[in-house]
Amino acid sequence: MRKNLLMLHTVTRIVVFIILAFSVFLFFAGHNNPGGGFIGGLMTAAALLLLYVAFDVKTIKQVIPFNYTTMIAVGLLIAIGTGVASMLNGDPFLTQYDRYVTVPVLGELHLTTALPFDLGVYLVVVGVALLSILSIAEDDA
Amino acid sequence: MNANTVSEIITGILILTGTLFCLFSAFGMIRLPDVYTRSHAATKSTTLGVLCTLFGAFLYFWINDGYVSIRLLLGIFFVFLTAPVAGHLICRAAYVTNVEIVQDASKVYVKESDSD
Repeated sequence: MRKNLLMLHTVTRIVVFIILAFSVFLFFAGHNNPGGGFIGGLMTAAALLLLYVAFDVKTIKQVIPFNYTTMIAVGLLIAIGTGVASMLNGDPFLTQYDRYVTVPVLGELHLTTALPFDLGVYLVVVGVALLSILSIAEDDA
Repeated sequence: MNANTVSEIITGILILTGTLFCLFSAFGMIRLPDVYTRSHAATKSTTLGVLCTLFGAFLYFWINDGYVSIRLLLGIFFVFLTAPVAGHLICRAAYVTNVEIVQDASKVYVKESDSD
């Protein structure tokens, strides 16, 4: 039977953007609300996985040329880097700094170094989830 | 009657309607004879039920707390968009794997009511 998954493809194109936007929202909401790097990363992985399921693994690999192994490494490096940065400043490992910064468009923001650490968690979670699922999916032998 | 009472009545009616639609959908899942009619019952009325419930919660928090929850609106849009497509895909998978269609559903009901 000839495959014609028009409904799935069309809805996936719209829905993936909603899921990705919500995952970014969850990632930034982590400080004061439920959310954070882990659940945001899982949600991004779910959005990308929806693409892989709805289309083809080969097609999506051309569209999103991420190497998830390096993504895990970069996430770990960012997380370690935030810890080492506070050591270079003379404080213990992983000391958190925060500061109120006034940004032209967004107004006053409460920026902390917990955010880059969370970004590291986010990248590691996305990388591990997609790498494990895709390596199972591609096991043709 | 102040605004608080009116909002509670409206949201109460919306949430009760939503739960009732979900209950009807569950009855449909039990009563209907094959995959296709069950999918018909499950996708349509559950979608409407969930939409009514979420919209009731949205209105309640908007009127009582002054909190406009974008997440609830996004959830309404998301369920409205994805639930019918999920039903479509399940029905399609059932059809591709040659799941039988019950041609005359009335006979099934007559048999069941006779045996009771």
